[in-house]
Amino acid sequence: MTVANGGRLRGLALRLWTVPVVVAVWEAAARAAESVYFPPPSAILARLRELWFSGPPARLFLSDAALADFLPSLGRMFGGWALACLGGIALGVAIGRSKTLAGYVDPLIEFGRAIPPPTLIPLFVVLFKADARMQVATIVYGVVWPVLVNSVDGARYVDRLHIETARVFGLSRAERLTRVILPAAAPKIFAGLRLSLSLALILMVVAELAGSATSGIGYELLYTQQNFDLPGMWGTIALLGVLGFLLNSSFLVVERRTLSWHRRAGRTK
Amino acid sequence: MLDVVNLTHTYGSGPEAHRALGGIDLSVPEGQLVCVVGPSGCGKSTLLRSIAGLVRPTGGEVRVKGRPVTATPDDLAVVFQDYSRSLFPWMSVRDNVALPLRRRGLDRAARRTAAAEALAAVGLESAAAKYPWQLSGGMQQRVAIARALAYRPSLLLMDEPFGSVDAQTREDLEDLVLAVRGHHRMTIVLITHDIDESVYVGDRVVVLTRAPAVVAADLRVDLPGPRDQIGTRELPAFVHLRSEVSRLVRGRPEFSMTPSQIDKE
Ligand SMILES: Nc1ncnc2c1ncn2[C@@H]1O[C@H](COP(=O)(O)OP(=O)(O)OP(=O)(O)O)[C@@H](O)[C@H]1O
Ligand SMILES: [Mg+2]
Repeated sequence: MTVANGGRLRGLALRLWTVPVVVAVWEAAARAAESVYFPPPSAILARLRELWFSGPPARLFLSDAALADFLPSLGRMFGGWALACLGGIALGVAIGRSKTLAGYVDPLIEFGRAIPPPTLIPLFVVLFKADARMQVATIVYGVVWPVLVNSVDGARYVDRLHIETARVFGLSRAERLTRVILPAAAPKIFAGLRLSLSLALILMVVAELAGSATSGIGYELLYTQQNFDLPGMWGTIALLGVLGFLLNSSFLVVERRTLSWHRRAGRTK
Repeated sequence: MLDVVNLTHTYGSGPEAHRALGGIDLSVPEGQLVCVVGPSGCGKSTLLRSIAGLVRPTGGEVRVKGRPVTATPDDLAVVFQDYSRSLFPWMSVRDNVALPLRRRGLDRAARRTAAAEALAAVGLESAAAKYPWQLSGGMQQRVAIARALAYRPSLLLMDEPFGSVDAQTREDLEDLVLAVRGHHRMTIVLITHDIDESVYVGDRVVVLTRAPAVVAADLRVDLPGPRDQIGTRELPAFVHLRSEVSRLVRGRPEFSMTPSQIDKE
Protein backbone atom coordinates (compact mmCIF):
# COMPACT_ATOMS: atom_id res chain seq x y z
CA MET A 1 0.00 0.00 0.00
CA THR A 2 2.64 2.51 1.09
CA VAL A 3 4.96 1.25 -1.61
CA ALA A 4 2.25 1.70 -4.21
CA ASN A 5 1.47 5.19 -2.90
CA GLY A 6 5.13 6.12 -2.91
CA GLY A 7 5.41 4.89 -6.49
CA ARG A 8 2.37 6.85 -7.50
CA LEU A 9 3.71 10.03 -5.88
CA ARG A 10 7.01 9.62 -7.64
CA GLY A 11 5.17 9.04 -10.91
CA LEU A 12 3.16 12.21 -10.36
CA ALA A 13 6.31 14.19 -9.60
CA LEU A 14 7.94 12.86 -12.76
CA ARG A 15 4.96 13.84 -14.86
CA LEU A 16 4.51 17.29 -13.31
CA TRP A 17 8.07 18.62 -13.24
CA THR A 18 7.59 20.35 -16.62
CA VAL A 19 4.84 22.59 -15.23
CA PRO A 20 7.02 24.84 -13.01
CA VAL A 21 9.67 24.95 -15.74
CA VAL A 22 7.19 26.16 -18.36
CA VAL A 23 5.73 28.72 -15.93
CA ALA A 24 9.23 30.03 -15.12
CA VAL A 25 10.13 30.34 -18.79
CA TRP A 26 6.82 32.05 -19.50
CA GLU A 27 7.40 34.48 -16.64
CA ALA A 28 10.87 35.36 -17.87
CA ALA A 29 9.78 35.71 -21.49
CA ALA A 30 6.75 37.85 -20.64
CA ARG A 31 8.82 40.18 -18.47
CA ALA A 32 11.38 40.55 -21.20
CA ALA A 33 8.77 41.21 -23.88
CA GLU A 34 6.82 43.73 -21.81
CA SER A 35 3.76 43.29 -24.04
CA VAL A 36 0.34 44.28 -22.67
CA TYR A 37 -1.15 41.31 -24.48
CA PHE A 38 1.07 38.81 -22.72
CA PRO A 39 1.22 39.66 -19.01
CA PRO A 40 3.56 37.50 -16.87
CA PRO A 41 1.98 34.65 -14.89
CA SER A 42 2.65 36.45 -11.60
CA ALA A 43 0.47 39.36 -12.74
CA ILE A 44 -2.23 36.95 -13.92
CA LEU A 45 -2.22 35.17 -10.57
CA ALA A 46 -2.40 38.43 -8.66
CA ARG A 47 -5.37 39.53 -10.75
CA LEU A 48 -7.05 36.14 -10.27
CA ARG A 49 -6.69 36.45 -6.51
CA GLU A 50 -8.09 39.96 -6.62
CA LEU A 51 -11.03 38.94 -8.79
CA TRP A 52 -12.13 35.73 -7.16
CA PHE A 53 -9.92 34.41 -4.41
CA SER A 54 -9.86 37.23 -1.87
CA GLY A 55 -12.61 35.75 0.29
CA PRO A 56 -12.38 34.36 3.82
CA PRO A 57 -10.55 31.03 4.38
CA ALA A 58 -13.77 29.44 5.65
CA ARG A 59 -15.19 29.82 2.14
CA LEU A 60 -12.05 28.38 0.49
CA PHE A 61 -10.99 32.00 -0.17
CA LEU A 62 -13.79 32.41 -2.68
CA SER A 63 -14.91 36.02 -2.93
CA ASP A 64 -18.49 37.15 -3.43
CA ALA A 65 -17.74 37.74 -7.08
CA ALA A 66 -16.47 34.18 -7.38
CA LEU A 67 -19.65 32.77 -5.90
CA ALA A 68 -21.72 35.00 -8.17
CA ASP A 69 -19.79 33.81 -11.23
CA PHE A 70 -18.95 30.19 -10.48
CA LEU A 71 -22.18 28.97 -8.97
CA PRO A 72 -24.50 29.87 -11.87
CA SER A 73 -22.00 28.63 -14.44
CA LEU A 74 -21.30 25.34 -12.71
CA GLY A 75 -24.95 24.90 -11.85
CA ARG A 76 -25.95 25.24 -15.50
CA MET A 77 -23.14 23.01 -16.61
CA PHE A 78 -23.81 20.17 -14.17
CA GLY A 79 -27.56 20.58 -14.56
CA GLY A 80 -27.33 20.35 -18.32
CA TRP A 81 -24.89 17.48 -18.18
CA ALA A 82 -27.01 15.51 -15.70
CA LEU A 83 -30.14 16.00 -17.79
CA ALA A 84 -28.34 14.90 -20.92
CA CYS A 85 -26.89 11.86 -19.12
CA LEU A 86 -30.21 10.69 -17.76
CA GLY A 87 -32.02 11.24 -21.02
CA GLY A 88 -29.19 9.87 -23.12
CA ILE A 89 -28.81 6.68 -21.10
CA ALA A 90 -32.54 6.01 -20.84
CA LEU A 91 -33.17 6.60 -24.51
CA GLY A 92 -29.94 4.94 -25.61
CA VAL A 93 -30.59 1.72 -23.69
CA ALA A 94 -34.14 1.59 -25.02
CA ILE A 95 -32.90 2.02 -28.58
CA GLY A 96 -30.09 -0.48 -28.08
CA ARG A 97 -32.49 -3.15 -26.85
CA SER A 98 -35.26 -2.59 -29.40
CA LYS A 99 -34.64 -3.22 -33.09
CA THR A 100 -37.95 -1.59 -34.02
CA LEU A 101 -37.20 1.60 -32.14
CA ALA A 102 -33.67 1.65 -33.54
CA GLY A 103 -35.03 1.39 -37.05
CA TYR A 104 -37.12 4.50 -36.55
CA VAL A 105 -34.67 6.72 -34.74
CA ASP A 106 -31.24 5.75 -36.07
CA PRO A 107 -31.46 8.16 -39.05
CA LEU A 108 -32.70 10.93 -36.76
CA ILE A 109 -29.75 10.41 -34.43
CA GLU A 110 -27.31 10.50 -37.31
CA PHE A 111 -28.80 13.79 -38.46
CA GLY A 112 -29.13 15.34 -35.01
CA ARG A 113 -25.56 14.68 -33.98
CA ALA A 114 -24.27 16.11 -37.25
CA ILE A 115 -25.56 19.59 -36.37
CA PRO A 116 -22.82 21.57 -34.58
CA PRO A 117 -24.44 22.55 -31.26
CA PRO A 118 -23.40 26.26 -31.29
CA THR A 119 -25.39 26.78 -34.49
CA LEU A 120 -28.52 26.24 -32.46
CA ILE A 121 -27.75 29.07 -30.04
CA PRO A 122 -29.63 31.66 -32.14
CA LEU A 123 -32.66 29.38 -32.07
CA PHE A 124 -32.45 28.87 -28.32
CA VAL A 125 -32.05 32.63 -27.82
CA VAL A 126 -35.29 33.19 -29.70
CA LEU A 127 -37.03 30.41 -27.80
CA PHE A 128 -35.82 31.12 -24.29
CA LYS A 129 -34.58 34.73 -24.45
CA ALA A 130 -31.11 34.92 -23.05
CA ASP A 131 -31.76 33.40 -19.69
CA ALA A 132 -30.39 30.27 -18.06
CA ARG A 133 -32.74 27.99 -19.96
CA MET A 134 -31.08 28.93 -23.21
CA GLN A 135 -27.66 28.04 -21.83
CA VAL A 136 -28.87 24.77 -20.36
CA ALA A 137 -30.57 23.89 -23.65
CA THR A 138 -27.32 24.51 -25.53
CA ILE A 139 -25.39 22.29 -23.12
CA VAL A 140 -27.97 19.50 -23.16
CA TYR A 141 -28.18 19.47 -26.92
CA GLY A 142 -24.45 19.51 -27.31
CA VAL A 143 -23.52 16.81 -24.82
CA VAL A 144 -26.35 14.33 -25.21
CA TRP A 145 -24.97 12.71 -28.37
CA PRO A 146 -21.88 10.95 -27.01
CA VAL A 147 -23.97 9.55 -24.14
CA LEU A 148 -26.77 8.48 -26.43
CA VAL A 149 -24.61 6.89 -29.11
CA ASN A 150 -22.43 5.05 -26.59
CA SER A 151 -25.44 3.82 -24.62
CA VAL A 152 -27.04 2.48 -27.78
CA ASP A 153 -23.82 0.71 -28.64
CA GLY A 154 -23.30 -0.69 -25.16
CA ALA A 155 -26.85 -1.95 -24.77
CA ARG A 156 -27.00 -3.37 -28.29
CA TYR A 157 -23.97 -5.61 -27.93
CA VAL A 158 -24.66 -7.25 -24.59
CA ASP A 159 -23.44 -10.86 -24.80
CA ARG A 160 -26.38 -12.94 -25.97
CA LEU A 161 -25.64 -15.62 -23.41
CA HIS A 162 -25.96 -13.05 -20.62
CA ILE A 163 -29.42 -12.15 -21.82
CA GLU A 164 -30.35 -15.81 -22.18
CA THR A 165 -29.08 -16.59 -18.69
CA ALA A 166 -31.23 -13.78 -17.33
CA ARG A 167 -34.24 -15.16 -19.15
CA VAL A 168 -33.68 -18.74 -18.05
CA PHE A 169 -33.35 -17.79 -14.40
CA GLY A 170 -36.49 -15.69 -14.60
CA LEU A 171 -35.01 -12.29 -13.74
CA SER A 172 -37.63 -9.56 -13.78
CA ARG A 173 -37.47 -6.76 -16.33
CA ALA A 174 -36.08 -4.40 -13.72
CA GLU A 175 -33.42 -6.89 -12.67
CA ARG A 176 -32.47 -7.57 -16.26
CA LEU A 177 -32.00 -3.86 -16.77
CA THR A 178 -30.12 -3.02 -13.58
CA ARG A 179 -28.22 -6.27 -13.01
CA VAL A 180 -27.39 -7.32 -16.55
CA ILE A 181 -27.87 -4.75 -19.30
CA LEU A 182 -26.64 -1.63 -17.52
CA PRO A 183 -23.51 -3.25 -16.05
CA ALA A 184 -22.72 -4.89 -19.38
CA ALA A 185 -23.10 -1.56 -21.16
CA ALA A 186 -21.37 0.44 -18.42
CA PRO A 187 -17.88 0.56 -19.98
CA LYS A 188 -19.32 2.11 -23.15
CA ILE A 189 -21.66 4.39 -21.24
CA PHE A 190 -18.86 5.74 -19.09
CA ALA A 191 -16.78 6.53 -22.15
CA GLY A 192 -19.71 8.62 -23.40
CA LEU A 193 -20.21 10.33 -20.05
CA ARG A 194 -16.57 11.37 -19.82
CA LEU A 195 -16.54 12.82 -23.31
CA SER A 196 -19.75 14.69 -22.67
CA LEU A 197 -18.44 16.17 -19.43
CA SER A 198 -15.59 17.91 -21.21
CA LEU A 199 -18.02 19.02 -23.92
CA ALA A 200 -20.31 20.44 -21.25
CA LEU A 201 -17.56 22.77 -20.04
CA ILE A 202 -16.88 23.98 -23.56
CA LEU A 203 -20.53 24.59 -24.29
CA MET A 204 -21.04 26.34 -20.97
CA VAL A 205 -18.46 28.92 -22.02
CA VAL A 206 -19.70 29.13 -25.60
CA ALA A 207 -23.28 29.70 -24.49
CA GLU A 208 -22.23 32.49 -22.12
CA LEU A 209 -20.04 34.13 -24.73
CA ALA A 210 -22.73 34.04 -27.38
CA GLY A 211 -25.86 34.59 -25.40
CA SER A 212 -25.28 37.93 -23.66
CA ALA A 213 -25.22 36.37 -20.21
CA THR A 214 -25.08 38.65 -17.19
CA SER A 215 -22.95 36.45 -14.95
CA GLY A 216 -20.79 33.37 -15.17
CA ILE A 217 -17.24 32.47 -16.06
CA GLY A 218 -17.75 32.90 -19.79
CA TYR A 219 -19.38 36.25 -19.22
CA GLU A 220 -16.40 37.28 -17.13
CA LEU A 221 -14.10 36.29 -19.96
CA LEU A 222 -15.96 38.59 -22.31
CA TYR A 223 -16.17 41.37 -19.73
CA THR A 224 -12.42 41.38 -18.97
CA GLN A 225 -11.68 41.37 -22.68
CA GLN A 226 -13.99 44.31 -23.38
CA ASN A 227 -12.44 46.28 -20.52
CA PHE A 228 -8.99 45.51 -21.77
CA ASP A 229 -8.24 43.70 -18.50
CA LEU A 230 -5.78 41.26 -20.08
CA PRO A 231 -4.44 39.73 -16.84
CA GLY A 232 -8.05 39.08 -15.88
CA MET A 233 -8.77 37.53 -19.27
CA TRP A 234 -5.72 35.28 -19.09
CA GLY A 235 -6.66 34.38 -15.53
CA THR A 236 -10.12 33.29 -16.63
CA ILE A 237 -8.64 31.16 -19.38
CA ALA A 238 -6.27 29.49 -16.91
CA LEU A 239 -9.10 28.97 -14.46
CA LEU A 240 -11.16 27.21 -17.14
CA GLY A 241 -8.19 24.98 -17.89
CA VAL A 242 -7.82 24.02 -14.24
CA LEU A 243 -11.55 23.41 -13.98
CA GLY A 244 -11.51 21.09 -16.99
CA PHE A 245 -8.58 19.19 -15.55
CA LEU A 246 -10.28 18.79 -12.18
CA LEU A 247 -13.54 17.63 -13.74
CA ASN A 248 -11.84 15.01 -15.85
CA SER A 249 -9.68 13.75 -12.98
CA SER A 250 -12.59 13.41 -10.57
CA PHE A 251 -14.63 11.66 -13.21
CA LEU A 252 -11.80 9.20 -13.81
CA VAL A 253 -11.70 8.36 -10.13
CA VAL A 254 -15.41 7.51 -10.14
CA GLU A 255 -15.10 5.58 -13.40
CA ARG A 256 -12.19 3.52 -12.13
CA ARG A 257 -14.06 2.53 -9.01
CA THR A 258 -17.27 1.64 -10.81
CA LEU A 259 -15.60 -0.30 -13.59
CA SER A 260 -12.83 -1.94 -11.60
CA TRP A 261 -14.21 -5.38 -12.52
CA HIS A 262 -13.89 -4.50 -16.18
CA ARG A 263 -10.32 -3.30 -15.98
CA ARG A 264 -9.19 -6.24 -13.92
CA ALA A 265 -11.09 -8.84 -15.95
CA GLY A 266 -9.51 -7.46 -19.12
CA ARG A 267 -6.09 -7.83 -17.59
CA THR A 268 -6.47 -11.49 -16.66
CA LYS A 269 -7.77 -12.55 -20.08
CA MET B 1 -43.09 -33.34 -17.18
CA LEU B 2 -41.35 -32.86 -20.51
CA ASP B 3 -42.62 -33.88 -23.93
CA VAL B 4 -40.72 -33.36 -27.15
CA VAL B 5 -42.82 -34.20 -30.19
CA ASN B 6 -41.35 -34.59 -33.66
CA LEU B 7 -38.98 -31.69 -33.06
CA THR B 8 -37.10 -30.44 -36.10
CA HIS B 9 -34.80 -27.49 -36.41
CA THR B 10 -32.98 -26.03 -39.39
CA TYR B 11 -30.45 -23.24 -39.04
CA GLY B 12 -30.41 -20.72 -41.85
CA SER B 13 -32.10 -21.17 -45.20
CA GLY B 14 -31.28 -21.79 -48.82
CA PRO B 15 -28.00 -23.50 -49.71
CA GLU B 16 -26.54 -22.44 -46.35
CA ALA B 17 -29.27 -24.26 -44.43
CA HIS B 18 -28.20 -26.79 -41.84
CA ARG B 19 -30.72 -29.32 -40.62
CA ALA B 20 -29.71 -29.98 -37.02
CA LEU B 21 -32.71 -31.85 -35.63
CA GLY B 22 -34.55 -34.30 -37.83
CA GLY B 23 -37.62 -35.12 -35.78
CA ILE B 24 -36.96 -35.93 -32.15
CA ASP B 25 -39.50 -37.61 -29.91
CA LEU B 26 -38.82 -37.79 -26.22
CA SER B 27 -41.00 -37.96 -23.15
CA VAL B 28 -39.57 -37.53 -19.67
CA PRO B 29 -41.67 -38.23 -16.57
CA GLU B 30 -41.25 -36.13 -13.45
CA GLY B 31 -38.21 -36.96 -11.35
CA GLN B 32 -36.31 -38.79 -14.07
CA LEU B 33 -32.70 -38.15 -14.97
CA VAL B 34 -32.18 -38.58 -18.69
CA CYS B 35 -28.74 -38.53 -20.27
CA VAL B 36 -28.47 -37.53 -23.89
CA VAL B 37 -25.43 -38.69 -25.81
CA GLY B 38 -24.54 -38.33 -29.46
CA PRO B 39 -21.73 -37.41 -31.80
CA SER B 40 -20.24 -33.97 -31.59
CA GLY B 41 -22.19 -31.37 -33.53
CA CYS B 42 -25.25 -33.57 -33.90
CA GLY B 43 -27.64 -31.10 -32.32
CA LYS B 44 -27.64 -31.87 -28.61
CA SER B 45 -27.32 -28.24 -27.57
CA THR B 46 -29.95 -27.27 -30.11
CA LEU B 47 -32.34 -29.75 -28.51
CA LEU B 48 -31.61 -28.38 -25.06
CA ARG B 49 -31.99 -24.77 -26.15
CA SER B 50 -35.32 -25.60 -27.75
CA ILE B 51 -36.54 -27.07 -24.47
CA ALA B 52 -35.41 -23.90 -22.68
CA GLY B 53 -37.30 -21.74 -25.15
CA LEU B 54 -34.11 -20.07 -26.38
CA VAL B 55 -34.36 -21.48 -29.88
CA ARG B 56 -37.65 -21.39 -31.71
CA PRO B 57 -37.70 -24.77 -33.46
CA THR B 58 -38.71 -24.82 -37.10
CA GLY B 59 -41.03 -27.77 -36.55
CA GLY B 60 -42.63 -29.94 -33.90
CA GLU B 61 -43.39 -29.04 -30.33
CA VAL B 62 -41.93 -28.97 -26.84
CA ARG B 63 -44.25 -29.15 -23.85
CA VAL B 64 -43.22 -28.63 -20.24
CA LYS B 65 -45.80 -29.71 -17.65
CA GLY B 66 -48.24 -29.99 -20.53
CA ARG B 67 -47.80 -26.38 -21.66
CA PRO B 68 -46.28 -25.69 -25.07
CA VAL B 69 -42.98 -23.86 -24.74
CA THR B 70 -43.22 -20.49 -26.45
CA ALA B 71 -41.02 -18.48 -24.10
CA THR B 72 -38.64 -19.73 -21.44
CA PRO B 73 -40.65 -21.91 -19.03
CA ASP B 74 -40.86 -20.99 -15.38
CA ASP B 75 -39.03 -22.97 -12.77
CA LEU B 76 -36.23 -24.02 -15.07
CA ALA B 77 -32.47 -23.81 -14.73
CA VAL B 78 -29.76 -24.35 -17.32
CA VAL B 79 -26.06 -25.06 -17.04
CA PHE B 80 -24.84 -23.80 -20.40
CA GLN B 81 -22.12 -25.55 -22.35
CA ASP B 82 -20.44 -22.15 -22.62
CA TYR B 83 -20.50 -21.79 -18.84
CA SER B 84 -17.90 -19.03 -18.52
CA ARG B 85 -19.82 -16.64 -20.75
CA SER B 86 -22.99 -17.32 -18.81
CA LEU B 87 -21.52 -15.96 -15.56
CA PHE B 88 -21.70 -12.20 -15.01
CA PRO B 89 -18.18 -10.77 -14.72
CA TRP B 90 -19.35 -7.67 -12.79
CA MET B 91 -20.65 -9.73 -9.88
CA SER B 92 -18.85 -11.78 -7.28
CA VAL B 93 -19.26 -15.53 -7.45
CA ARG B 94 -21.62 -15.35 -4.49
CA ASP B 95 -23.83 -12.75 -6.17
CA ASN B 96 -23.88 -14.77 -9.38
CA VAL B 97 -25.27 -17.72 -7.46
CA ALA B 98 -27.64 -15.64 -5.31
CA LEU B 99 -29.10 -13.37 -7.99
CA PRO B 100 -31.77 -15.77 -9.34
CA LEU B 101 -32.89 -16.59 -5.80
CA ARG B 102 -34.83 -13.34 -5.45
CA ARG B 103 -37.44 -15.02 -7.58
CA ARG B 104 -37.67 -17.73 -4.94
CA GLY B 105 -38.91 -15.27 -2.35
CA LEU B 106 -35.81 -15.52 -0.20
CA ASP B 107 -34.65 -12.47 1.71
CA ARG B 108 -31.10 -11.23 1.49
CA ALA B 109 -29.75 -13.31 4.34
CA ALA B 110 -31.45 -16.48 3.13
CA ARG B 111 -30.08 -15.91 -0.37
CA ARG B 112 -26.58 -15.58 0.98
CA THR B 113 -26.92 -18.76 3.00
CA ALA B 114 -28.32 -20.69 0.07
CA ALA B 115 -25.53 -19.44 -2.18
CA ALA B 116 -22.90 -20.35 0.41
CA GLU B 117 -24.36 -23.85 0.76
CA ALA B 118 -24.45 -24.42 -2.98
CA LEU B 119 -20.87 -23.19 -3.34
CA ALA B 120 -19.76 -25.45 -0.50
CA ALA B 121 -21.48 -28.38 -2.20
CA VAL B 122 -19.31 -27.91 -5.30
CA GLY B 123 -16.21 -27.34 -3.18
CA LEU B 124 -15.90 -23.60 -3.75
CA GLU B 125 -16.72 -22.13 -0.34
CA SER B 126 -13.51 -20.12 -0.37
CA ALA B 127 -14.19 -18.54 -3.75
CA ALA B 128 -17.46 -16.81 -2.81
CA ALA B 129 -16.02 -13.30 -2.69
CA LYS B 130 -14.00 -13.68 -5.88
CA TYR B 131 -15.03 -12.69 -9.38
CA PRO B 132 -15.64 -15.34 -12.05
CA TRP B 133 -12.66 -14.18 -14.12
CA GLN B 134 -10.38 -14.86 -11.18
CA LEU B 135 -11.24 -18.57 -11.34
CA SER B 136 -10.03 -21.41 -13.55
CA GLY B 137 -12.33 -22.86 -16.20
CA GLY B 138 -13.20 -25.85 -14.07
CA MET B 139 -14.03 -23.62 -11.10
CA GLN B 140 -16.24 -21.40 -13.27
CA GLN B 141 -18.06 -24.47 -14.45
CA ARG B 142 -18.69 -25.45 -10.84
CA VAL B 143 -20.07 -21.97 -10.12
CA ALA B 144 -22.53 -22.40 -12.97
CA ILE B 145 -23.55 -25.77 -11.49
CA ALA B 146 -23.91 -24.25 -8.02
CA ARG B 147 -26.12 -21.48 -9.42
CA ALA B 148 -28.42 -24.01 -11.07
CA LEU B 149 -28.59 -26.27 -8.00
CA ALA B 150 -29.23 -23.42 -5.57
CA TYR B 151 -32.18 -22.37 -7.71
CA ARG B 152 -33.86 -25.75 -7.05
CA PRO B 153 -35.71 -25.86 -10.36
CA SER B 154 -38.24 -28.57 -11.11
CA LEU B 155 -36.59 -28.99 -14.52
CA LEU B 156 -32.82 -28.81 -14.79
CA LEU B 157 -31.03 -28.81 -18.14
CA MET B 158 -27.28 -29.43 -18.14
CA ASP B 159 -25.15 -29.18 -21.27
CA GLU B 160 -21.90 -31.08 -20.77
CA PRO B 161 -21.69 -29.75 -17.22
CA PHE B 162 -18.54 -31.62 -16.18
CA GLY B 163 -16.43 -31.12 -19.28
CA SER B 164 -13.72 -28.93 -17.75
CA VAL B 165 -13.11 -30.52 -14.37
CA ASP B 166 -10.63 -33.17 -13.36
CA ALA B 167 -11.66 -36.83 -13.04
CA GLN B 168 -11.94 -36.82 -9.24
CA THR B 169 -14.06 -33.64 -9.12
CA ARG B 170 -16.14 -34.99 -11.95
CA GLU B 171 -17.07 -38.05 -9.92
CA ASP B 172 -17.89 -35.87 -6.92
CA LEU B 173 -20.12 -33.66 -9.04
CA GLU B 174 -21.90 -36.66 -10.56
CA ASP B 175 -22.70 -37.87 -7.07
CA LEU B 176 -23.77 -34.37 -6.05
CA VAL B 177 -26.28 -34.21 -8.90
CA LEU B 178 -27.62 -37.63 -7.91
CA ALA B 179 -27.95 -36.54 -4.29
CA VAL B 180 -29.67 -33.25 -5.07
CA ARG B 181 -32.02 -34.98 -7.45
CA GLY B 182 -32.92 -37.45 -4.70
CA HIS B 183 -33.62 -34.69 -2.15
CA HIS B 184 -35.54 -32.26 -4.30
CA ARG B 185 -37.15 -34.45 -6.92
CA MET B 186 -35.89 -32.58 -9.94
CA THR B 187 -36.34 -33.71 -13.50
CA ILE B 188 -32.96 -33.53 -15.17
CA VAL B 189 -31.81 -33.65 -18.78
CA LEU B 190 -28.05 -34.03 -18.88
CA ILE B 191 -26.06 -33.90 -22.09
CA THR B 192 -22.69 -35.58 -22.05
CA HIS B 193 -19.93 -36.85 -24.27
CA ASP B 194 -18.92 -39.44 -21.74
CA ILE B 195 -20.63 -42.78 -22.21
CA ASP B 196 -19.59 -44.11 -18.79
CA GLU B 197 -21.04 -41.04 -17.19
CA SER B 198 -24.33 -41.34 -19.03
CA VAL B 199 -24.82 -44.87 -17.74
CA TYR B 200 -23.61 -44.05 -14.23
CA VAL B 201 -25.87 -41.04 -13.54
CA GLY B 202 -28.80 -41.73 -15.88
CA ASP B 203 -32.06 -43.50 -15.21
CA ARG B 204 -32.17 -43.61 -18.94
CA VAL B 205 -29.81 -42.94 -21.84
CA VAL B 206 -31.03 -41.43 -25.09
CA VAL B 207 -28.65 -41.81 -28.02
CA LEU B 208 -28.91 -39.36 -30.90
CA THR B 209 -27.75 -39.93 -34.47
CA ARG B 210 -25.54 -37.60 -36.47
CA ALA B 211 -27.23 -34.48 -37.83
CA PRO B 212 -30.04 -34.26 -38.62
CA ALA B 213 -30.42 -35.89 -35.23
CA VAL B 214 -33.13 -38.36 -34.41
CA VAL B 215 -33.35 -40.71 -31.43
CA ALA B 216 -31.29 -43.77 -32.35
CA ALA B 217 -31.91 -45.62 -29.11
CA ASP B 218 -33.60 -45.07 -25.79
CA LEU B 219 -32.24 -47.35 -23.05
CA ARG B 220 -33.43 -47.84 -19.50
CA VAL B 221 -30.63 -48.05 -17.00
CA ASP B 222 -31.61 -50.70 -14.50
CA LEU B 223 -28.87 -50.45 -11.97
CA PRO B 224 -29.43 -50.79 -8.24
CA GLY B 225 -29.31 -47.54 -6.24
CA PRO B 226 -27.75 -45.80 -4.50
CA ARG B 227 -24.97 -45.71 -7.04
CA ASP B 228 -21.39 -45.94 -6.05
CA GLN B 229 -18.47 -44.74 -8.12
CA ILE B 230 -16.49 -47.93 -7.75
CA GLY B 231 -19.09 -50.57 -6.98
CA THR B 232 -21.58 -49.57 -9.66
CA ARG B 233 -19.01 -49.38 -12.39
CA GLU B 234 -17.92 -52.96 -11.61
CA LEU B 235 -21.38 -54.45 -12.04
CA PRO B 236 -21.80 -56.70 -15.06
CA ALA B 237 -25.00 -54.83 -15.91
CA PHE B 238 -23.08 -51.53 -16.00
CA VAL B 239 -20.35 -52.93 -18.19
CA HIS B 240 -22.92 -54.44 -20.50
CA LEU B 241 -24.93 -51.23 -20.84
CA ARG B 242 -21.84 -49.14 -21.40
CA SER B 243 -20.76 -51.40 -24.24
CA GLU B 244 -24.20 -51.22 -25.75
CA VAL B 245 -24.28 -47.41 -25.69
CA SER B 246 -20.74 -47.32 -27.06
CA ARG B 247 -21.70 -49.51 -29.95
CA LEU B 248 -24.73 -47.35 -30.63
CA VAL B 249 -22.72 -44.16 -30.65
CA ARG B 250 -19.69 -45.43 -32.56
CA GLY B 251 -20.32 -48.82 -33.97
CA ARG B 252 -22.88 -48.24 -36.65
CA PRO B 253 -21.75 -46.88 -39.98
CA GLU B 254 -23.99 -43.83 -39.65
CA PHE B 255 -22.09 -42.81 -36.52
CA SER B 256 -18.60 -43.32 -37.85
CA MET B 257 -16.73 -40.12 -38.43
CA THR B 258 -16.11 -39.12 -42.00
CA PRO B 259 -12.95 -37.12 -42.72
CA SER B 260 -14.99 -34.00 -43.51
CA GLN B 261 -16.54 -34.15 -40.09
CA ILE B 262 -13.17 -34.42 -38.42
CA ASP B 263 -12.07 -31.33 -40.31
CA LYS B 264 -15.01 -29.41 -38.98
CA GLU B 265 -14.02 -29.91 -35.37
N1 LIG C 1 -26.75 -20.35 -34.33
C1 LIG C 1 -26.41 -21.27 -35.25
N2 LIG C 1 -26.45 -20.95 -36.57
C2 LIG C 1 -26.12 -21.87 -37.50
N3 LIG C 1 -25.78 -23.13 -37.24
C3 LIG C 1 -25.72 -23.52 -35.96
C4 LIG C 1 -26.03 -22.60 -34.89
N4 LIG C 1 -25.90 -23.25 -33.73
C5 LIG C 1 -25.50 -24.50 -34.05
N5 LIG C 1 -25.41 -24.68 -35.38
C6 LIG C 1 -25.05 -25.91 -36.08
O1 LIG C 1 -25.96 -26.90 -35.72
C7 LIG C 1 -25.31 -28.12 -35.49
C8 LIG C 1 -25.68 -28.64 -34.11
O2 LIG C 1 -25.14 -27.77 -33.13
P1 LIG C 1 -25.23 -28.10 -31.59
O3 LIG C 1 -24.52 -27.03 -30.87
O4 LIG C 1 -26.64 -28.34 -31.24
O5 LIG C 1 -24.42 -29.47 -31.53
P2 LIG C 1 -23.96 -30.29 -30.25
O6 LIG C 1 -24.45 -31.67 -30.44
O7 LIG C 1 -24.34 -29.59 -29.00
O8 LIG C 1 -22.39 -30.26 -30.43
P3 LIG C 1 -21.26 -30.40 -29.29
O9 LIG C 1 -21.25 -31.82 -28.89
O10 LIG C 1 -20.01 -30.02 -29.99
O11 LIG C 1 -21.64 -29.49 -28.20
C9 LIG C 1 -23.82 -27.88 -35.67
O12 LIG C 1 -23.45 -28.38 -36.94
C10 LIG C 1 -23.68 -26.40 -35.66
O13 LIG C 1 -22.69 -25.99 -36.55
MG1 LIG D 1 -23.32 -28.70 -27.51
